[in-house]
Amino acid sequence: MTAPSEAFAATLAGAIPTGRPLADWVRVHRDGVVEIRSGKVELGQGILTAFAQIAAEELDVGLARIRMTAAGTDISPDEGLTAGSLSVQTAGPTLRSVCAQVRAVLVAAAADRLGVAADDLVVDDGWVSTPTGGSVSYWQLPADELLDRPVTGTATPKPTSAYRVVGASVPRIDLPDKLLGRPRYVHDLAPAGLLFGRIVRPRSPGSTLVAADPAGALAIPGVVTVVHDGDFLGVVAEREEVAVRAADQLRSDTTWRAGATLPDEAELSAFLTAAPAETTVLAEHGELGAAATVLATYHRPYLAHGSIGLCSATALTTTGASPHLEVWTHSQGIYPLRRELARALTLPADAITVRHVEGAGCYGHNGADDVAMDAALLALAVPERPVQVVWSRADELAWAPFGPAATVRLAARVGPDGEVRAWHHEVWGNGHISRPGSLGSVALLAAGHLADGARIDPAMEPPLASGGGAGRNAVPGYAFPAYRSVNHRLLTMPLRTSAMRALGAFVNVFATESFLDELAVAAGRDPVEYRLAHLTDPRARAVLETAAARAGWGTDRRAESTGRGIGFARYKNSGAYCAVVAEVEAIEQVRVRRLTVVVDAGLVVNPDGAENQIEGGAVQATSWTLKERVRFDRCGVTSDSWQTYPILRFSEVPSVAVAFLDAAGNPSLGVGEAAQGPTAAAIGNAVFDALGVRVRSLPFTEEQIIAAMPD
Amino acid sequence: MPDPALGAAYVLVNGAHHEVLTEPDTPLIYVLRNHLGLKGTRYGCGATTCGACLVLVDDRPTYSCDTPLWAVDGKATTTVEGLGSAAAPHPVARALLAEQAAQCGYCISGIVVAAAALLARQPDPSEAEVREALDGHLCRCGAHNRIVRAVLAAAREGAR
Repeated sequence: MTAPSEAFAATLAGAIPTGRPLADWVRVHRDGVVEIRSGKVELGQGILTAFAQIAAEELDVGLARIRMTAAGTDISPDEGLTAGSLSVQTAGPTLRSVCAQVRAVLVAAAADRLGVAADDLVVDDGWVSTPTGGSVSYWQLPADELLDRPVTGTATPKPTSAYRVVGASVPRIDLPDKLLGRPRYVHDLAPAGLLFGRIVRPRSPGSTLVAADPAGALAIPGVVTVVHDGDFLGVVAEREEVAVRAADQLRSDTTWRAGATLPDEAELSAFLTAAPAETTVLAEHGELGAAATVLATYHRPYLAHGSIGLCSATALTTTGASPHLEVWTHSQGIYPLRRELARALTLPADAITVRHVEGAGCYGHNGADDVAMDAALLALAVPERPVQVVWSRADELAWAPFGPAATVRLAARVGPDGEVRAWHHEVWGNGHISRPGSLGSVALLAAGHLADGARIDPAMEPPLASGGGAGRNAVPGYAFPAYRSVNHRLLTMPLRTSAMRALGAFVNVFATESFLDELAVAAGRDPVEYRLAHLTDPRARAVLETAAARAGWGTDRRAESTGRGIGFARYKNSGAYCAVVAEVEAIEQVRVRRLTVVVDAGLVVNPDGAENQIEGGAVQATSWTLKERVRFDRCGVTSDSWQTYPILRFSEVPSVAVAFLDAAGNPSLGVGEAAQGPTAAAIGNAVFDALGVRVRSLPFTEEQIIAAMPD
Repeated sequence: MPDPALGAAYVLVNGAHHEVLTEPDTPLIYVLRNHLGLKGTRYGCGATTCGACLVLVDDRPTYSCDTPLWAVDGKATTTVEGLGSAAAPHPVARALLAEQAAQCGYCISGIVVAAAALLARQPDPSEAEVREALDGHLCRCGAHNRIVRAVLAAAREGAR
């Protein structure tokens, strides 16, 4: 049996899976529709459109012929998770290779049919034509039979110079439904006989159930049943409004014993550095030499994913000869979820079908998997009737996994010129991964509440080779002569943590790039010039220089209380390069006026979509940086509403200018998470420029800025 | 069999009268989404704090998650579906599509309703007025600037 961390790494692996039939990815229907089945899922990031472009390009069919089929465990290839900015980067090449092979197979069959050499044929929108006028379409060929052959992984895709569809800003295929108010989301499913479920959570993570009286809820007309197993409580009703009322009734008829299991929020950083931890040296290089001379400590709070749409799932159990559980979910990984549900419910995996239906943006591992388990538990109580569960806003903000709080201590030894001779990067915090299949325990919220359930294990740390978690971007991307990076993964998990956009890269890049500015200031050097002095990668240098130039770096501006700052990182040290220049105004509160973002993501499949992702990431990171912090007392989370967990509003959003550097023949690098860390760092450096105050603790609220001021 | 405790209520939504069987204090959003099958109105918070569920009641922007059914008795409710048709979407929706002004899109229905109400009372808003009109709407994907550009484009389109 493989260790969970290895199994998890496999869910992100990107090698082209040879041996499986081409038809797992591509089917050609007689009506001229070309169906693409990807294991990756649409999260609002536009992946279905990007993949449709890749398929249309390699197959030489028009985009209008492509039908992207939503992933399902009964029909789609297992491509693990849709996460880590890896879909275009890893599943993209797989699809490209498969489609190139499909095209070759179909053209060869057409050549046979037309009696000419394949090299003499041209393909236009699926029609294969000879120079003399003979033609046959893909869908007139016996495609089912032809595509029932294994993927070789050796087909030669088109040269990028021949691209017409890839590289074009085609409109997103999912947006018309979403923008015109049509049903498209998982919440909108309305199968015949649908029942509505709601969950009554424990009062807080440490509380245990004393007594629950279901009588009041059951007495409400329209209530079908109450499910009670250990600390898990749920209601099922004929109508949604009845489910909500019944859950309220059951909540008031239940008593919990409080458990004060959380650390003191005011002393969170001290807790993180003192709690029992597993220490790993992530990287060590060169002669570290004498003790470091400069030291600084940075901190980020727990962050909430905060989807605007609540977590939801629908489940149906059917009995009879072969009992079956079917789940409709917005999970990032239908196969990992199926395996975890099987483990949690002690069912064989092939008795479960998991289908993806789009939800709101998730920005990482939110409660999407958890609510699928909730729906399954309720559906098991009412066989033959589908049950739809929707979380409450309060549960979404208090019970979904959080991006982990962390403390980062940086230390440097500098030479007489102020340049870095040795760099120490140390991280303390919970792991960033508690996804289904990643832990020894079942990683679904409700499973830990069942009478025979085990608590969810502390989140794990994936190896750096598969992107890392807390260690992501903890290893410097600068050419420092010596460095050492260490991660302390907590072995206790007071609040459940898991993957949130950029994982550890957010705080590590914030800390690294803030500290570099501190060193530049101490050396009396310009922050851009100082970074360039430590950067050898030409792509990194180009991104930094272009961002500085576009933002007018070094030109005089200087209005009272305004500042400008820069941040840069290559995401994961292997993904997209991103530099951000922030302009802020800091009077009573910090306002970000403008962000200039420059990215090198190699080959960009859909420029407008990529720009949208980068701008959205930068705006979201601005929100995290200025406003966001999960609040809690010793018993539980108190920031369980949009009033207590505020996020950036329309009036507060900066103007954002995004530019991509020319691909110059480089392969695609994912763009979903690249802007997060550089944005936070740029804002922090701009705040210092404006106020002369170095704020090392996120978020930059008035309270934290005052706390950072020298006495 | 219908529950004897249920009363029949009559609602006027998007110009059509409907009879629904539910309790008078049922939030309007469940009537729209489940009883009438109008899924365009999205549920986000249940507490008037995110704007995803916005509809018009007698042309006034109203949070349907927090409005009991009895409160719309005798009034005309308009949902995002009622602002345009499949063939001729509302100019704001058209502009949002043209600008590709969304990522996940979940917040958009409420924003279309708010922007339509804004343009009805102020056909030529400034950018600051658009931001102010949308300030009660949360977007988590960071599509704000595209959305603002789209609303301004819709206003320009309306002026032509």
